[in-house]
Amino acid sequence: MILIWMLCILLAGGILCWLAAQRQPLLARWIALITVSADLLIACWLFPVYQAFPDNSSWFINYQANWIPALGVSFHVALDGFSHILLLLTYFLGILAVLCSWKEVRERTGFYFFNLLWTLAGISGVFIAMDLFLFYFCWEIMLIPMFLLIILWGDVRRHYAAYKFFLFTQAGSLLMLLAILALYFIHGQQTGNYTFDYFALLQTALTPSTAMWTMLGFLIAFVIKLPAVPFHNWLPDAHGEAPTAGSLLLAGLLLKTGAYGIIRFVLPIFPQAAADIAPWMILIGVAGIIYGALLAFSQTDLKRLIAYTSVSHMGFVLVGVFSFSSIAMQGVVMQILTHGLSTGALFLMAGMLKERLHTRDITKMGGLWTSMPRLGGMAILLTMASAGLPALGNFIAEFFILLGTFSNNPVLSIIATLGLILSAVYSLRMMQKVFMGPLISTVPVVDLSARELIILTALSISIVVLGLFPQPVIDTVHHLSTIHPLLHE
Amino acid sequence: MQQYLYLIPALPLAGFLVLSLAGRYLSRNFIAGIGAGSICISALITILLSARFLQSPPETGAYTQVLWHWFSVEGLVSNISLRVDSLSLVFICIITFIGALIHIYSIAFMREDRDYARFFASMNLFVCAMLMLVMADNLVLLYLGWEGVGLCSYLLIGFWYETPGNYRAANKAFVITRIGDTAMIIGLFLLFKELGTLYIPDVLARATQHFSSGADGVTLIAILLLCGGMGKSAQLPLQTWLPDAMAGPSPVSALIHAATMVTAGVYLIARMHTIFELSPVAMQITAIVGAVTLFVAGCSAMVQTDIKRILAYSTISQIGYMFLALGVGAWSAGIFHFFTHAFFKALLFLAAGAVIETLHHEHNIFKMGGLRKTMPVIFWTFTIGAAALAALPLVTAGFFSKDQILWYAWSAGGGHPVLWALALAGAFITALYSTRLILVVFWGEMKTTPGHLPSRVMTVPLVILAFFSVAAGWIEWPHNILHVDLFSEEVQHVLPATVLKEGLPAEIVFQLIAVVVSLIGIYSGYSLYYGQSPLLQQWKQSPTVMSVRDFFFSGWRFDQLYDALIVRPFLFITRINKSDISDKLYTAIANVSMLLNRQFSVTQNGSLRWYVTGVLIGILFIITLQLLL
Repeated sequence: MILIWMLCILLAGGILCWLAAQRQPLLARWIALITVSADLLIACWLFPVYQAFPDNSSWFINYQANWIPALGVSFHVALDGFSHILLLLTYFLGILAVLCSWKEVRERTGFYFFNLLWTLAGISGVFIAMDLFLFYFCWEIMLIPMFLLIILWGDVRRHYAAYKFFLFTQAGSLLMLLAILALYFIHGQQTGNYTFDYFALLQTALTPSTAMWTMLGFLIAFVIKLPAVPFHNWLPDAHGEAPTAGSLLLAGLLLKTGAYGIIRFVLPIFPQAAADIAPWMILIGVAGIIYGALLAFSQTDLKRLIAYTSVSHMGFVLVGVFSFSSIAMQGVVMQILTHGLSTGALFLMAGMLKERLHTRDITKMGGLWTSMPRLGGMAILLTMASAGLPALGNFIAEFFILLGTFSNNPVLSIIATLGLILSAVYSLRMMQKVFMGPLISTVPVVDLSARELIILTALSISIVVLGLFPQPVIDTVHHLSTIHPLLHE
Repeated sequence: MQQYLYLIPALPLAGFLVLSLAGRYLSRNFIAGIGAGSICISALITILLSARFLQSPPETGAYTQVLWHWFSVEGLVSNISLRVDSLSLVFICIITFIGALIHIYSIAFMREDRDYARFFASMNLFVCAMLMLVMADNLVLLYLGWEGVGLCSYLLIGFWYETPGNYRAANKAFVITRIGDTAMIIGLFLLFKELGTLYIPDVLARATQHFSSGADGVTLIAILLLCGGMGKSAQLPLQTWLPDAMAGPSPVSALIHAATMVTAGVYLIARMHTIFELSPVAMQITAIVGAVTLFVAGCSAMVQTDIKRILAYSTISQIGYMFLALGVGAWSAGIFHFFTHAFFKALLFLAAGAVIETLHHEHNIFKMGGLRKTMPVIFWTFTIGAAALAALPLVTAGFFSKDQILWYAWSAGGGHPVLWALALAGAFITALYSTRLILVVFWGEMKTTPGHLPSRVMTVPLVILAFFSVAAGWIEWPHNILHVDLFSEEVQHVLPATVLKEGLPAEIVFQLIAVVVSLIGIYSGYSLYYGQSPLLQQWKQSPTVMSVRDFFFSGWRFDQLYDALIVRPFLFITRINKSDISDKLYTAIANVSMLLNRQFSVTQNGSLRWYVTGVLIGILFIITLQLLL
């Protein structure tokens, strides 16, 4: 029941923001802040519940209510350690998204925060839905408000970017819908029980070719979201044009729904088909790592640059998931978390720079360390996180993924490891263009304000803590090593 | 004592945290107190610890301390935990002791700098990272220190980040060492796959059981680890970052070259000695890399004009000696050379820094000259350092360590006459350029008027280092002269003893040859650079000599080679694909849809005749189709 409350708080908070802003525009941001904070508190409060849970059963909260019984649709939500971690990430980044929009958004604030909160609600729903109909429903809920965020509050080329984002993800969604329906009917014909319930559908017996085609429906939707090369093209545009909070949510959370979907649905429902396609997916992942890094190196638009680093880092997720190694799987979860934090922080940084310099072009920056020593210091930490420096969370993630992959697929793992060199190259270039060299910009810039400092400090501390104390996360998602038969070995 | 182990790296770390978070609000004196104080206390603890260690060695041969559990996942268990045995002890002594002296020196040297706190914060972190590297009990933690060192070198080489040359050098250092690091981490993956552990004592114990000598797996691992070492220790072919690393302030160079960073590779190989011993091929490669590097870098050092570049190339060359020693199996000799080299190289860099500072940031030695009288303390300490570098017999520490290596280059199990010859040539070159350096900088006429002379805060560390540049050698004498081998005895608790070949001439013959060669080198330097040498003038006229000189001067054109082979193709590929070629596919889909849209919307023109025609054609089409099928 508590999970329903979490969703309702966000949905209601969103509506409240909209209504309140009619009278008092500034009230909306406070409502939004309180709403997301309340959810974060609830999510934190679930920690002891999880700890106290007696047996190994990974689902420590499971709630089911009838929704459309005639079609076998139920309101089934459940929480395990993996979903729980993702919820924490969602609300943590959600608060930061509200905070970073504090002054940036001046028009239609009520509707803005409505969209922000509804996106968050959609994302939370995706992470806890255990009914495929509900899952698809939430998948769409997070898409439309995000589309509005980009098209209404975005930058100059926002229309192009928003439509591109919408078309790409919608194309994937439709394939997924077909796959869900196929699964629904096959399962219904086999058992006579027409249901969208995740746990029931897990038992569906599929012929190899049906399994492959159905799986592809899911997989394509998820890899578009992830995004994997060659479906990544929506990302740089969407990231580049979205408002700062939009980029933060995109990089930090929306991409993660793709990774989540693969782990939660593709592997357990289609174990054999997933194993069959695994080498290709690892190949795509490796291609993404290298290709994304090469593109990141050549960008001059700061936000596009960071977007391409995301493509590169999410390649690691694909490699890790399909290497069917328990170590790599833990690494994937770490990557989901730490990439969300570090790349989110980089986008926030880009937003802060844009607010001051009114440009995203790094050739017009340079020498900013002198005038912004605080941001410079933070930037070092964040670029190093992106470059996978040990003691920071991203290292644990990439180290586990590569280590785990190496025993199954040494050659591709080695090529992926070369991504570490490339990540150093593009990270240093970014650092250098923005912060080093002689001061180029003539606009006087001020260093971080207290609010900005709090945002970036919170993120930096989380990255360091995850790097030095990753064990709690590893323990929480330990059960993921049972989701696929190959992982046991 | 064991329970205080953590303080050694923790104090510099605390210094870093305080200075980086609150440095802006602190006075200069306070910053200096924290920055240098943290390392000094760390050094004191190290000295106490070593005294205890030497008096009553722990039963297991090592002090250990587990700080916290880092992670454990599917058989890979790593703790943040420290382990200090004899080998680590040598390294932490050098790191903290020389680090402390460099920090004290920096108090005065960096006094006027705008970013005083940032400087000390980075320096403290550097020392901390290096300490983690040598104190780690597992390879993941070692890698943490390893990368941390890379980060700090980046921060410090690019310390004056406003000048393009400086940040380029910093980027170069980071990227090139990262290439080595990546090879190393692949080595770790392979090690874990084969042995199922990355805990160093277990790795060493299991390696002997798991691998037969000369097995492919172990050779591959050893070579990958060696690549990591080559990156950090600036060995061929990954040496090109070090000469450029001079862009940082002089104390940074001293720290990089003496106490931290470049010795990391030496440590790694010594630490993983079992793996290397199992693979004769990898040992050979190590020795060859060392020998070639020491020669190549020595040649370049001979012709440089920038005082710090001379020293940089000399470091590459001296680390080459260490690699050579490790490669031929003379483990303790390699570590001993690291030990003595740390003193005189730190001394040389700090003294060079003082010279440069006094001469208003003049780096070119040919614009110096005549400083013997005006800067006596610097002159004497620098000369002692250079003499140690040149391995002046019996009175300098450099002699004792280098003499051993020369002897073992032939006589040790993996030795070979060619290696010996290269090492001997290197010894000649080293003596030559050391002499050149001293004569050009301190003799002759004064070409730049000195400014403020260095204060006592800067000269006292120099004197201390000069003392050790002489005395550090006395703890290990050649066997045939005096039976004192305190150093190798201690280190051989961890490292295997050197095995000698049979049937070689007596050691004394080799020693005499080495002494004579060094002396000839010094004499050649003297005759070429003391006053006006006609031979030198003659060479300057000859195009062949000058092209060889240019070749050496450019560091054997490695930079140009990499530029052509790697950098330019990389830049080209990234530049042509800046707008992402794969986007064309989707733009094409969009364009085709637009085109079709335009074509079809023509048909919707509101004309009834047109529609009727359309309907009729459609009916005709369907009927034809039905008739045909």
